[in-house]
This record gives sequence, C-alpha cells and structure tokens, in this order.
Amino acid sequence: MAAISIRGVKKRYNPKALVIHGVDVEIEKGEFVVILGPSGCGKSTLLRMIAGLEEISEGEIAIAGRVVNDLEPRERGCAMVFQNYALYPHMTVRQNIGYSLKVSGVPKAERDMRVVNVARIVALEPYLDRRPAELSGGQRQRVAMARAMVRSPEVFLFDEPLSNLDAKLRVAMRAEIRKLHRDLGVTSVFVTHDQNEAMTLADKLIIMNAGRVEQIGPPAEVYHRPASRFVADFIGSPAMNLLEGQFDDHGQFVHGTGGRLVVEQLNGVRRPGLRAVLGVRPEDVRRTEPHAPGAVSGTVDYIEELGSARVIHADVAGSRLVAVDASGVSLAPGAQVHLSVASGVLHLFSLESGQRIEQTH
Amino acid sequence: MERRAYYRNKLLPWLLIAPQLLLVLVFFYWPTAQALYWAFTLEQPWGGGNAFVGFDNFTAIFSDSRYWGTVLRSAFYAVVATGLSMAMALTLALFVDRGLKGTKLFQSVFVWPYAIAAPAAGVAFRFMFSPQAGLIGTINQVWPGIWDPSTVGWQALLMVIVAHAWLGIGYNFVFFLAALQMIPRSVIEAGAMDGARPFRRMLDLQLPLIAPTTFFLLIMNLISSFTDSFGLIDTLTEGGPNDATVVMVYKIYFDGFKGLDYSGAAAQSIVLMLLVISLTFIQFKWVEKKIHYA
Repeated sequence: MAAISIRGVKKRYNPKALVIHGVDVEIEKGEFVVILGPSGCGKSTLLRMIAGLEEISEGEIAIAGRVVNDLEPRERGCAMVFQNYALYPHMTVRQNIGYSLKVSGVPKAERDMRVVNVARIVALEPYLDRRPAELSGGQRQRVAMARAMVRSPEVFLFDEPLSNLDAKLRVAMRAEIRKLHRDLGVTSVFVTHDQNEAMTLADKLIIMNAGRVEQIGPPAEVYHRPASRFVADFIGSPAMNLLEGQFDDHGQFVHGTGGRLVVEQLNGVRRPGLRAVLGVRPEDVRRTEPHAPGAVSGTVDYIEELGSARVIHADVAGSRLVAVDASGVSLAPGAQVHLSVASGVLHLFSLESGQRIEQTH
Repeated sequence: MERRAYYRNKLLPWLLIAPQLLLVLVFFYWPTAQALYWAFTLEQPWGGGNAFVGFDNFTAIFSDSRYWGTVLRSAFYAVVATGLSMAMALTLALFVDRGLKGTKLFQSVFVWPYAIAAPAAGVAFRFMFSPQAGLIGTINQVWPGIWDPSTVGWQALLMVIVAHAWLGIGYNFVFFLAALQMIPRSVIEAGAMDGARPFRRMLDLQLPLIAPTTFFLLIMNLISSFTDSFGLIDTLTEGGPNDATVVMVYKIYFDGFKGLDYSGAAAQSIVLMLLVISLTFIQFKWVEKKIHYA
C-alpha cells in the first residue's frame, strides 16, 4: 500500500485559474520524494494540499490508505517544515518542539523526555531554553526539524526548508536531512527549486512545470532519460544543448543556418524530413581536432571559468553549442574551436509536444 | 548612525518649528499654567485678586467623600469601557483576520464609528436607549419600568459605558487587525500542523504575539475613558440621575462652570492630568523595553 496516493488532483483558486492540472503520483512507504520545479509551478501548492493547508479542488489524496480530502491538518498524521521555519517566536526551543505534544495532551514528564530525545538527535540540547531569535539560521532550521520529528509522524513534508540558508550550510543540512531519513525511515515529501538539492536527496523525483507533472523517476533516470524538452532543459548545469532542426536525406541533422551533425546513434528514428529537437549535454560535447570524424567548427562566444574545467559557449552555424572542456588550453572569444559529440548520448524531442522520442538501438 | 541637519542660520530652525510651538503653547502650556495658578490660589470673597493658599484646594477635594466617589466611578468606567471595547474589537479583528467572506468590506465598516464625534454618538445613543422608543420601548411595554436610565443610576452609567465602548471599537479594531496580520501566516499554519484548533491557536499564538499592541491599546483606552467621556455624558445624562454618571472629567466641568468653583476644578484638573501623565509614562517605559520577536 502506498504511503501517499495522489489521484487526479487539481487546484483552482477561481473557476478560471487552474493552477494544478491533474496530478497522479504514488509515493511508497519510506520513500524520499522530491518535487522539483521552477517557481510558480504549483509544487508548494501540491505539498500544502497534502498537508491540509490548501483545499483540494478535484481528485483525492490518500495517506496510508485513508482519503484525507476532508480531514483537518492535525488529523492527517503529517508534520511540516516551513521555508521560513515558522517557529513560535515567543516560545523557547523546548516549548516550540513540545507544542504539538502539549496540544494533544501528552503529560509533562513524557513530553519533556521526548523533547530532549529529539533535541539530542539534531544537536540542540544546549539551546533548549533559548528563544528562536537567539539562534543562528542553521539552529532554527534544526528546531523546525525537531518540531516535526517529535510527534513521530507518518509523513514529513518539507517546503523549501533550506532556501534561507547560505550555500555551505545548505549542503551540510542536506546531508543531515538525508541521514535523518535513513535513520528514521519516514516517508518524506520535499519541495525545492534547487536541482542539486533534488538530485542528492531524492529516491524519486517529481518534476513539475506549470501545474503539470513532467516526469516521475529516480534522479539518475531523470538525468539520463529526460521525458520532455522541459526536463532536459531544467535538469543539469550547465543546461543541455537543445538544437532545433530536421534530418536531411543522408540522415544528418540540419540545424541553425545549415550546420550538419552526424547522428548515427539515432538510426531508428532519423527519418528524412523529420523536424525535431536534438539534445546533448555539455559534458558530452568535446573539443577535438579539426579533421576528426564528425567534428563541427564554431566560434567561441565566451568562456566560463569553473576552475576545474571551463564552459565553452560557441556559435556553430547559428546555433549555440555549449561544451565542458577540462583540457586547460586557453581560448579567447572569437577563436575557432572544433567540437564533436560523444556517441550514444543524444536525446531527441518532438518539436510540437516537447515529448521524448524514444530511440531504438 | 545618527543623522542630523545643521543650520547655519540660528533663527531659521526656530521659525520652522514656530507654528507647532505656538499651538502647543496656546492650547497646552497656557491652560495648564492657568490651571496651576488657580489650583494653588483662591479668589477672595469680595474681589481683590487671588490669594495663594498652598495645597488647601487639594486638601479640600481629597477630604470630600463625593470626590472619591467620582474617582471610583471613573475607575470603574475606565476599566469596564476599556475591557468591553477591546474585547469586542479583538473578536471582530480575529474573525476578519481569518479571512472569512466579506473581510474586505468589514475591514472598513468596523472603522467607521471612530469617525463619529462623541456628542453626535451621545445623541444617537440617547434615542437608542430611550425608554419610550424603539426596541427598549417595546420591552418597557411588556415589563414597565424595567429600563429607564433617566431615573435609575446604574442603567445610566451602563448606557454611557456602552456608548463609549462602541465609539472606541473602530480604533481598537484597526490596531488589533494590523497586529494580527503582522503575524506570519506560516506561524499560524505551523500551529495548525501541530494540531491546535483555531481557538487554541488564538490563545497560544495570536494573543501572545500581539501583546505589545494590546498593552498600547490598554493604555490609550484608559486615557481616553478618563478624558474623552465628557462629550458623551454631557449629551446623554448631564451627570445624572443623582450624580450616577459624574466622572472626574465631568465633575471638573460641573464644579468649574456650573458651580463656579474655579480653584476646586483646577485642582481636580491637575489630579486628572497627573493620572494621564503617569499612564503615558508607563506606556513609554514599556515601549522602550518592548520585547521584539525577530
């Protein structure tokens, strides 16, 4: 039985404005699911519908087999960590963590014991009698986590909980959350717009765009087999090269102002005349010798220095081609470069629907 | 960092603040000086200017049991009117804050009473609470004499207090609503996730978080009920029946302008002024060390 089933869920704020266009997702028990998408895609709304903070306009959500559409947040067995922590500013850390227990009438002695236990897990024991204003960002984040953990909920919901932290702390907290999930094994739904966060945390990724689910799958699958042009573009940094064009009579891909790419990998699908979007990740585009087979030449637009490597932005026959180059050879804007695409790493998407065109090998 | 403007011209800054200074001098310091002068002097029986009498005027009012009755009545008036007005305003603000239907409309409707001058409201309430007309008239027909503020003292006082509380609701409502809306929505949602129902969230989260505003309103309402009640009382009851609605500010007016005891009235003014000053002082002290929740 799935821990959370989301079936045909829609959200509209008024009859005209549909913000979630029907989402179907099954989340297994103990899974760490990350909902990833650009801002405004409806990911937080979906999470808030699971939590019970937002009404479900259509469809149903079941938690542990029980439809929760008409249940209050407190009856759903979820705990939530908010983006701005949402700690109670007038309460001490101890009171913040213990509030849910106090509300549900747990005796003081047991409450104190559970609060201290949870505080120990997130290393907050020395700070139990401080107020949130006297804590650092990372400590407040941990209080929010402890507050969610103390009730031993069936589901953890995270609404962009790390976005207020600085980069270094974010990475540390990410590892901490991952470790907590491994130790506690509680089903978790985590919303973020940060793809690194999503890739590192998720057992299962849900990519959303404009109120629709674009792809559901493990991070590696989403990365290596993006289901749509949107996912291809959204996942990966630097972003995937996406060239619009069509196949000529020789099966070569014609793009830009007449540039040609040899694409033998696409044997099964390269019908002459087919218009499509060809995708290749920058790390699969290499600098090469001028006369290497399949090499195309272009002009360097600019270089991004990453330290360990550099990102070459080149103009190839009117199309922008981005390549990651670790060779250390210096290149100036305006210089000629020769690039070749590694084999077996091409993606093809429909020009009309943006959907992936499956390749046969 | 402190930023200050400096003027080369020594006269200009004085000229700039002159209008405000003039207002304060004419309408505050001058009357206050007059009141002080009268409070410590007594007009001679057959004319010939005022004689300095020290604290005699104060001793006279403090040894008058009727004055203490007025003080007690004022305190009762202040506490009940403040409590009633703030409780009503807070209830309305809580409902408007919950974002129920019509919130936008009520946000402005609830403020309107504040725009009504006290004497005008007094006249309106005089009609509303009239024993002969309206709803109360009907009740009086069924149980004759059950309501008549013109003869029953406590009913008259109740009427004035209700009118006063009603006038203050708009002001209190605006402050309460602003304070409630300053609380981050997610804090209330966190409370909901933690299992607290709306009433529990109000007690545990909203009320503590708006405490600074509540305290500010408490002081402002107390001051207002000591000083602003004159307009209402003068139009509603003129202090009657049998002094049942004579509060400190009304007694000052009555002793001074009806009884022509300027010195006694001036001494009472000074007492009332000290009371208001001390309330204001408490307010400022509190604001200084107000707890800021980050």
